[in-house]
Amino acid sequence: MMQERSISTISFNQFLNEEKLMGSKCKKCGTLYSPPRPICINCFSREMEWAELKGKGKLAAFTCIYVGPPWMIKQGYDRKHPYCSGVVELEEGVKIDARIEGVDASKPETIKIGTPLTVTYLHRGEEEKMETFLAFKPS
Amino acid sequence: MQQKKRKLGRGVAVVGAGMSDFGMFKDKDSRDLLVEAYNEMVSSVDKGIDPKDIEAVWVGNFSNDFYTHQAHLGPIVADLLGHTPKPVTRTEGACAASTLAFKDACFAIASGFYDVVMACGVEEMSKLSTEEATEGLALALDKPYEGIVGFTFPGVFGALATAYFEKYGATRDDLMNVTIKSHSNAPFNPKAQFKATVRDLMNRRIERAKKKGDPVPAWKDEKEALWDPMFNPPIAWPMHLYDCCPMSDGASAVLLVAEEIARNFTDNPVYVIGMGQGSGRPLHTGASLTSFEANQNGAKEAYEMSGLTPKDIQFAEVHDCFSIAELIHTEDLGFFKPGEAYKAVAEGQTRRDGPMPINTSGGLKCKGHPVGATGLAQMHEIWEQLRGEAGERQIPNKNLRIGATQNLGGTGGTCTFCIFERR
Repeated sequence: MMQERSISTISFNQFLNEEKLMGSKCKKCGTLYSPPRPICINCFSREMEWAELKGKGKLAAFTCIYVGPPWMIKQGYDRKHPYCSGVVELEEGVKIDARIEGVDASKPETIKIGTPLTVTYLHRGEEEKMETFLAFKPS
Repeated sequence: MQQKKRKLGRGVAVVGAGMSDFGMFKDKDSRDLLVEAYNEMVSSVDKGIDPKDIEAVWVGNFSNDFYTHQAHLGPIVADLLGHTPKPVTRTEGACAASTLAFKDACFAIASGFYDVVMACGVEEMSKLSTEEATEGLALALDKPYEGIVGFTFPGVFGALATAYFEKYGATRDDLMNVTIKSHSNAPFNPKAQFKATVRDLMNRRIERAKKKGDPVPAWKDEKEALWDPMFNPPIAWPMHLYDCCPMSDGASAVLLVAEEIARNFTDNPVYVIGMGQGSGRPLHTGASLTSFEANQNGAKEAYEMSGLTPKDIQFAEVHDCFSIAELIHTEDLGFFKPGEAYKAVAEGQTRRDGPMPINTSGGLKCKGHPVGATGLAQMHEIWEQLRGEAGERQIPNKNLRIGATQNLGGTGGTCTFCIFERR
């Protein structure tokens, strides 16, 4: 099943719905990518395979957003209820953007770069319409 | 494969430049602003230009499609300015859209195909709410990975700032120096959206409080006001309001001709001696969180073409969409070493009277940032400074000869660097 899905953003999101964080790996040179890439930008091979990531990492950069886009405002976030988004450096050495949960976004000074993080999945909607947002929380 | 040296087939000169007022205008739309910029460009040609001699037009525009529901702006601009049926091309490179228009116009002259062309840029952003306009800008994020997890433009630059702080030990206090410096130039730019220093804006707030009978803020200096979240609220921490450029409407235009005919138009042309561009990746796949890969490539191309080094650049307009961006750009371009820009700003090196003036126009922060107009508006500042026409904000250096513009699109996906010379 895993290897049948094309290496694409749609497949990446399907895996997120199943609570799997996936990257892609070049069959020729072994370079790992997250998010998945269909073409290896190291050796230009097009032979890529899925690679599951452990979902462990540390916070590399972050922001606490007080003025969000309309779809975040609809989720209840505003100037009084900010949220945190960040860049996570995974144990496998690749980086990914994610929501950062389990931190106090209204006290940004308390959030530290380098904090160990574990993946978590934020589901919204059900069945066919389910969307999953990638998130991490302190380990 | 051997790398070719970057060069133009023949030289290109700027012989006219104009820009509209920048701001949020209820009573002016894109067309009005383009006419303002165009008229000033035509009037700025010392020996005159017959508009009939303009052979082709380039228009930079990021997203009037989204902001005003008007796509395919090229032919509308050509018709508006009386150039139909001459060719017109719209370029899109997010906030670097009009530098791409400029570059393609230069290439068209350098190829020998045209001798006289114009490049212009426009954006109309203020008719939407802040949230909608933020969404509009966010169209230039990498949607499935950056956008989906809630990043906004201020958010991406906020994240870069946290990485910069961590790596180099800078703090929000250092970013405030950038803002205070940019605002110190702003009162002298008649086109700027905010013609005010930070102190002026504090005084306005104090006056308003007095009038309303509210508690009067007792800030002892600019920094204390900027630390006050009532004056300077967080947008995407550590980016606060005064770290962010505003939403703006505006237009800009330049007239470009082949170098050999430049003196037919003016005795004081500004020559295009370096041009460079690079592409970059989204936040998560970029090589660094404290530098833009696209800048590195743009700088390499432009320095190579000009034969110059960073030390030769006497002043520059750089893309300070957010305070942190000004620091990163001036390091990427080699004006300061990595991790040193914030110290240089604190020492006053980037002030108008310092050794390396940066953003004498007030920068995007104060001048305004109608995104598709910004690249050429930066060149408008270089044009005025090199010709000694910048009025009260004229750089005091009497031997001003070489200035540069750096323009960024998206979250660093497109960066350009252009170098100009007065001979």
